[in-house]
Amino acid sequence: MNYHLTHLKELESESIFIFREVAAQFENPVLMFSGGKDSILMTHLAMKAFYPAKIPFPLLHVDTGHNFPETMEFRDKLIERLGVRLIVGSVQEAIDTGLVQEEKGFNASRNSLQIAALLEALESNKFDAAMGGARRDEEKARAKERFFSHRDEFGQWNPKNQRPELWNIFNGNKNMGEHFRVFPISNWTELDVWQYILMEGIELPSLYYSHKRKCFKRDGVILAATDVIQLKPTETAEEMTVRFRTIGDMTCTGATLSEADTLEKIVQEVATTRVTERGGRSDDKRSETAMEDRKKKGYF
Amino acid sequence: MQEGITLEEYKKMDLLRFTTAGSVDDGKSTLIGRLLYDSKSIFEDQYSAIEATSKRRGEEEVNLALLTDGLKAEREQGITIDVAYRYFSTPKRKFIIADTPGHIQYTRNMVTGASTANLALILIDARNGIVEQTRRHSFIASLLQIPHIVICINKMDLVDYSEEAYNKIKEEFSGFASKLDINDIHFVPISALKGDNVVDESDKMDWYKGSTLMYLLENVHIGSDHNLIDCRFPVQHVIRPYSDEFHDYRGYAGRVAGGAFKVGDEVMLLPSGFNTKIKQIDTFEGPIKTAFPPMSVTMQLEDDLDLSRGDMIVRQNNVPEVSQDIELMVCWFNDRPMRQRGKYVLKHTTQDAMCVIKEVRYKMNINTLHRMEEDKNIGMNDIARVVIRTTKPLFFDNYRRNRITGSIILIDEATNETVGAGMII
Repeated sequence: MNYHLTHLKELESESIFIFREVAAQFENPVLMFSGGKDSILMTHLAMKAFYPAKIPFPLLHVDTGHNFPETMEFRDKLIERLGVRLIVGSVQEAIDTGLVQEEKGFNASRNSLQIAALLEALESNKFDAAMGGARRDEEKARAKERFFSHRDEFGQWNPKNQRPELWNIFNGNKNMGEHFRVFPISNWTELDVWQYILMEGIELPSLYYSHKRKCFKRDGVILAATDVIQLKPTETAEEMTVRFRTIGDMTCTGATLSEADTLEKIVQEVATTRVTERGGRSDDKRSETAMEDRKKKGYF
Repeated sequence: MQEGITLEEYKKMDLLRFTTAGSVDDGKSTLIGRLLYDSKSIFEDQYSAIEATSKRRGEEEVNLALLTDGLKAEREQGITIDVAYRYFSTPKRKFIIADTPGHIQYTRNMVTGASTANLALILIDARNGIVEQTRRHSFIASLLQIPHIVICINKMDLVDYSEEAYNKIKEEFSGFASKLDINDIHFVPISALKGDNVVDESDKMDWYKGSTLMYLLENVHIGSDHNLIDCRFPVQHVIRPYSDEFHDYRGYAGRVAGGAFKVGDEVMLLPSGFNTKIKQIDTFEGPIKTAFPPMSVTMQLEDDLDLSRGDMIVRQNNVPEVSQDIELMVCWFNDRPMRQRGKYVLKHTTQDAMCVIKEVRYKMNINTLHRMEEDKNIGMNDIARVVIRTTKPLFFDNYRRNRITGSIILIDEATNETVGAGMII
């Protein structure tokens, strides 16, 4: 008998442990769902953690109103298959009620407006733990994130005063009004995620596979030409063969030129690529510490 | 990243977690940068970002330390504040590095990084030999029972790749290590800056017959790092589907903390002491025959007995200690010193309890390894032997025997902060 787990099985086991720990330590947890592969992986792992019971918490989608239609369609099907409740936090509503103001100009994005809509949704639903699919390999500020990350009553992160996290003992104790962000797939890398998706045959939105789409280039990033982005006079949209490595808001998610139309080809492409997946995210390019700044305010 | 790894190879890879420790200038960041760079784990946009920052600051070479220093304050002050996790893989293994700061005031981060590590990588500057921090880090590695230690004697290029310099440090360290509880020590002479013996063999140190650092990392045997002898299953969560299909289903979910559980095994439940048998071990993929660490599974038992989170499933002929009076080595993490006779919240496996600090036996001088029996003021970064009494019995093992059932954390009731980490003696 070989008492040995592969690294993917060990990562899976660690994530399942975290999901169960959240269910046990918190009263009203929620899984933040963006429609991207990481949050799809999260639902897959959560399903495994509680089988044969259903996932014992709802999914929260902060909808910028600028999501790809493919994302929304996929989301609704997934919800039905899992039999879980979906809660939508709407950025459009936050704009309409004056909670936030829409950015103006060519690079206008609703990305940072998500923070207010997210915090509002967490507060009004009294969620005490919000699980997110952030990974430590994604970005330098995320490399310092805990599995159980404490947020004060304003939903803010204080990176200099984080609780030490030892062994596999997680301290979710908190005062009234505070909440936790929990990151069950902290230790996964992009390649781990893809290998696991391939191994498990997890279904993904078509956006991840190579397809033809009208796109244009801005600051070296390929963006989808849609009615939510205003083209500059110098920019022209043309048909390209692309796929998306991450999926977020249509205004800030860059595509890559790719012929990879199967999971095998995607894994091969990810394994040989020389640019990080967030390299295509214009929201991270705003400054050197853009992610840390957003995280402190409550971004996930 | 790594090209040409097939899915089949990927399915055979395993996972090694290691911590890196070193003083401020002994080249830790350079070494990590080298491991990431030579294993092709640094991406172009990451590299060009730190290249641009280095240039803007007027630094001559690309400062690989910027890869690991992520927070604004860290970049401003040029120091590492917090544990940073880094990832790379080779066709053999995936690696998780817990990169911990070398400053005195951040010892708590070293302990944190060490708690989950299979291996500790300790750097020594070949010119300076063993310094106070080397002793401190080695002590923490032994206290936290990291199974494997690799001593990298770095900057060999600055001592003319001298075998004598290497041997001198090796001997000195071996003498010091004999006072510690370390099972497996390796020494490698390297130059992180020039790449000697990091990934590629050095052509300047023919006298060294050992393997490169990367070879060691890829091949060190981690199969027996888990306890496979003493069966321990802390119940984490009870699964009750309440569905038509699984009407009477009652499963005990958890992660195996020790030993191998098999279907049909006679088991004992703690604290009740009831005996029963394992009926089925469930996973999403279907029932399995054997569960071992660190697998997350769900167990069904033959009898319908009262069992909930914090309880433990063990074997009748091999039970953990059950007691309310516990001796610990404690590392203190908080600005507010430990209160003698003070009450703290305690977490142990999936169990919560309260405890009172009954007695501080001694404080450790972690540089000299002397016991200071007179000094009982335990403040930030201190390590001490203490006796606690818990409000209810814990089921535990000696930390040396099992790092999962032998560890606890202490929480301040007023602030909810994790203030201490304890290893049961």
